Amino acid sequence: MRAVFWKELRSFLSSLIAYLVISVFLVMTGLFMWVFKDTSLLEYNYAGLEQLFSIAPLVFTFLIPAITMRSFSEEQTQGTIELLATKPLTDTQIILGKYFANVFLVLLAILPTLIYFYSVYQLGSPKGNIDSGAVVGSYIGLTFLAAIFVAIGIWASSISNNQIVSFILAAFLCFVMHWAFSYLSNLSIFFGTWDDVVEKIGINHHYNAISKGKIDSQNVIYFISVICAFIWFTHVSLAKRKWA
Amino acid sequence: MSVELQGISKIYGAQKALDNVSFSAQPGEIIGLLGPNGAGKTTTMKILTCFIPASEGTATVCGYDVTKDHLEVRRHIGYLPEHNPLYKEMYVKEYLELIARIFKIKKPSQRISDLIEMTGLTKERSKKIQFLSKGYRQRVGLAQAMMHDPEVLILDEPTSGLDPNQLLEIRAVIKELGKEKLVLFSSHIMQEVQALCDRVIILDNGKLVTDDPISTLVGATAGIYRMNVLFKNSMEYQKLMSIDGVSKIENEKGNSFSIYFDADKNVSEEIFDLAVNEGNKILRMAQEDKSIESVFQNITSKSKDS
Repeated sequence: MRAVFWKELRSFLSSLIAYLVISVFLVMTGLFMWVFKDTSLLEYNYAGLEQLFSIAPLVFTFLIPAITMRSFSEEQTQGTIELLATKPLTDTQIILGKYFANVFLVLLAILPTLIYFYSVYQLGSPKGNIDSGAVVGSYIGLTFLAAIFVAIGIWASSISNNQIVSFILAAFLCFVMHWAFSYLSNLSIFFGTWDDVVEKIGINHHYNAISKGKIDSQNVIYFISVICAFIWFTHVSLAKRKWA
Repeated sequence: MSVELQGISKIYGAQKALDNVSFSAQPGEIIGLLGPNGAGKTTTMKILTCFIPASEGTATVCGYDVTKDHLEVRRHIGYLPEHNPLYKEMYVKEYLELIARIFKIKKPSQRISDLIEMTGLTKERSKKIQFLSKGYRQRVGLAQAMMHDPEVLILDEPTSGLDPNQLLEIRAVIKELGKEKLVLFSSHIMQEVQALCDRVIILDNGKLVTDDPISTLVGATAGIYRMNVLFKNSMEYQKLMSIDGVSKIENEKGNSFSIYFDADKNVSEEIFDLAVNEGNKILRMAQEDKSIESVFQNITSKSKDS
């Protein structure tokens, strides 16, 4: 697994992908946090990182599928999947190696935003007037969110040889998983009956709960089971070659 | 036994890609796997390397079953897939390092430089794979297959697309490997099979039609031979045809003929006498040895008729 992990990471770092992802993420979140007048923290006069954590899922919805779309699609079109699959590696090792490399890259993009936290901490009046607990919770939530998006993206990449198909499918699924269920729960057919269940299927509910610093087992189990589900789907779709 | 197949069949939908194929092989053998396109050569190799499972039958590599102990099987096999897939954006050394890491090689840098030397990649070692010519890429593919010093090497068309010099060099590497290991390779080039193999397995339509040492195959006397004759002046077709034992004549160009005749008849003397009687002269006369090419054509066309 480690061999696959390093191979993936090196291919990110030796191409433009890694730098592009990190800079796009930082520029976009930076613009919303500090520059755009409607959302800028400086106009808002309230020391917090809400802007970062509300815009990040949107940025990830198209950024993460762009990172993950090549992971299996490219191996399949270039035939290199046969190379990996005939080495002494299990399918699970290949999938997890790729999965963690992608998650690691996203974490590299999130990491520099700690500077934002430091800045807000310094700018607070009095200094340090920020709800650090909520910030820690939000970072954990964002990490879980990214981990789910990567799992979705890897799966989408495993079912198609075409990277564009993988990208669109992954972006759509990320959108559905994160937002659609909260909106669906407001529909009148669910109202008062199933609305809380429908809402809890989506990521948004759990992401918001964790962002408030409420890191309980229910939310953590939700995130981990969705990740495991998509990794299992990937496993199934890789094993499909064996059923032909 | 290094490799043993018993009653292997592979069914894709309605098509039977492999039909009850059995053979076994030992280290020290170089086996050529021949057959027309779609005969099942690549499928056989994919089953042996555990990339796809067989529909029926059992196969073992070094005593390990391909369905149960697939990790052990892969540890004992070096595989060069068809079309030689490589990570083109990697450097040669970087790529070999990745393979070494997958196999958990003890002294990777030592092994890699040995392999680079063995496959003649020294000059190209720090180039990106995408900038290598096809022949050098093929060497990288071979180097990765040999990384863990496997007992069994499975090479799917290792020499396709190489220039004549590269061809000879790669063949030399394979020949060297075949001294201690079992090399199973597929090829379309019959001369190559003749030059390299000890044993030939011919597949046709998924069935194993021949499994013989190369000497038996080429030495078989039955069949039809061919002779190329160039006369100085024109020669009548009918007169050549009247020679006893001649079965078919093709007029190639001008006064050059291809004469097919039964193997047990010696027609060369009669052709010579005929030419003298006609006042004609023979400028060239060459009998073709029965080549593996004609054996291959015979065998694979026969099974199509039946």
